[in-house]
Amino acid sequence: METGASLNRVVVTGLGAITPLGLTFDKSWEALLAGVCGIRRVTKVREELFPCKVAGEVIDFDAAAYLGAKEIRRNDSFTHFAVAAAKMALEDAQLDIGRCNPYRIGVIIGSGIGGLQTIETQARILFTEGPRRSSPFMIPALIADIAGGVTAIEVGAKGPNFAAVSACCTGTHSIGEAYHFLRLGKADAMLAGGAEGGVNVFSFSGFCAMKAMGTAFNGEPARASRPFDARRDGFIMGEGAGVLVLETMEHALARGATIYCELAGYSANCDAYHITAPKLEGENLATAIGQALAEAGLAKESVDYINAHGTSTPYNDLCETNAYKLFFGEEGAKKLTISSTKGATGHMLGAAGGFESAICAKVIQTGRIPPTINYEYPDPACDLNYTPNKAVSGKVRVAINDNLGFGGHNAVLIFKEFAPQ
Amino acid sequence: MDRKTIEKRVRDIIIKQLNVNEEQVTPTSAFLEDLGADSLDLVELVMAFESEFSSEIAGEIPEADAERLRTVRDVVEYIMAKLD
Repeated sequence: METGASLNRVVVTGLGAITPLGLTFDKSWEALLAGVCGIRRVTKVREELFPCKVAGEVIDFDAAAYLGAKEIRRNDSFTHFAVAAAKMALEDAQLDIGRCNPYRIGVIIGSGIGGLQTIETQARILFTEGPRRSSPFMIPALIADIAGGVTAIEVGAKGPNFAAVSACCTGTHSIGEAYHFLRLGKADAMLAGGAEGGVNVFSFSGFCAMKAMGTAFNGEPARASRPFDARRDGFIMGEGAGVLVLETMEHALARGATIYCELAGYSANCDAYHITAPKLEGENLATAIGQALAEAGLAKESVDYINAHGTSTPYNDLCETNAYKLFFGEEGAKKLTISSTKGATGHMLGAAGGFESAICAKVIQTGRIPPTINYEYPDPACDLNYTPNKAVSGKVRVAINDNLGFGGHNAVLIFKEFAPQ
Repeated sequence: MDRKTIEKRVRDIIIKQLNVNEEQVTPTSAFLEDLGADSLDLVELVMAFESEFSSEIAGEIPEADAERLRTVRDVVEYIMAKLD
């Protein structure tokens, strides 16, 4: 359908990820279910410089498996992660772009910040050696939209292409915007998600200055990220990428694709309140959840699982809890199965929404729900079922992924079990 | 410094910067046409020559000169001329 009165349905057919838990989506997923933590003593920055000394780093990643030597040198790590995750997602979907109309295959892969490592390196050169030594690759390497641009070159996707940039909502918005293109009939398939090379001196200095990062468990890195736990004291930096293949139902069925689930609703709004602090009462997130569910044509009682943003900061986790109570009611909220996978991955910033959406798709497909690890000390203000410490099983027909980002952004995606009718 | 030494140093930089094989880099190889370089690679390549030969060519290759450096031989001869 090029354009028309009725909207396309959108399905998820491929998942790809690079995370602190593993170099594929499947390895990361298995680790999540096993309760493994990917957070260790930080190695990519000098820990003595910062109050936070732990991070969820991507380790042993070989970009050469996905990119040529020249492309590796020209690009920042977030782009390496993005291309790797996108290629794995395409392979998972068994989508051969060479057999499609390339103008109908798009890419929306964002980064919360972009090439901070490049900025750091190039700033040092600029201020010590002068502008004549600035690299011609500085700008293309650091702009946040380049991950999608490089991905398109690599896979030959000539359709809609840009990046959503909304801090920790980036992956979520990117998937939501890709869903719009498909829904409106402007593309047949989209690679969508987020990527972040988050562990570097710039990000550590900036986030530590905000006192946003956890410092209480430096001696026990695997316990440092503790969403919804009473002793949570800040987020732990993660990095990586999460990319989905989204297709119109028509396109997926025509090529006999395996469908994980349907992406049925998307909503985005803003607290319009504070640059970094979420509005604790949670009414704007609650509103976004309601709008996304309405778009999906689903009642609030139908929601089985929420992959929470759950950053392990005192404010975020309370805000989300309040939002769920506000929207679902005290009793309704208590019936939900909620988890934050950031206890295991740390906060992958712009990649979080991508990876966490992939988790929602896998939860619906398998009926396995990953836990919130490090949940040890109940917080009386956060008193919902956060799936503490152990994975559980259960039929999940409807799953929500929500993320919040600096700037007051709230973004919500609704995934549901796929049925053709 | 003799021509051979200069040629070796120029070739090594090209091989590294453009990620090409040693066999591909002949005296007449053109960066754009034969070695897969793009306009941004050329800028970086000139910067690499400047660093490598900073003592011989006083640290800077003017833009007008850089534009004329199209092949391996062009670069070698440019540096030779600066030495004379």
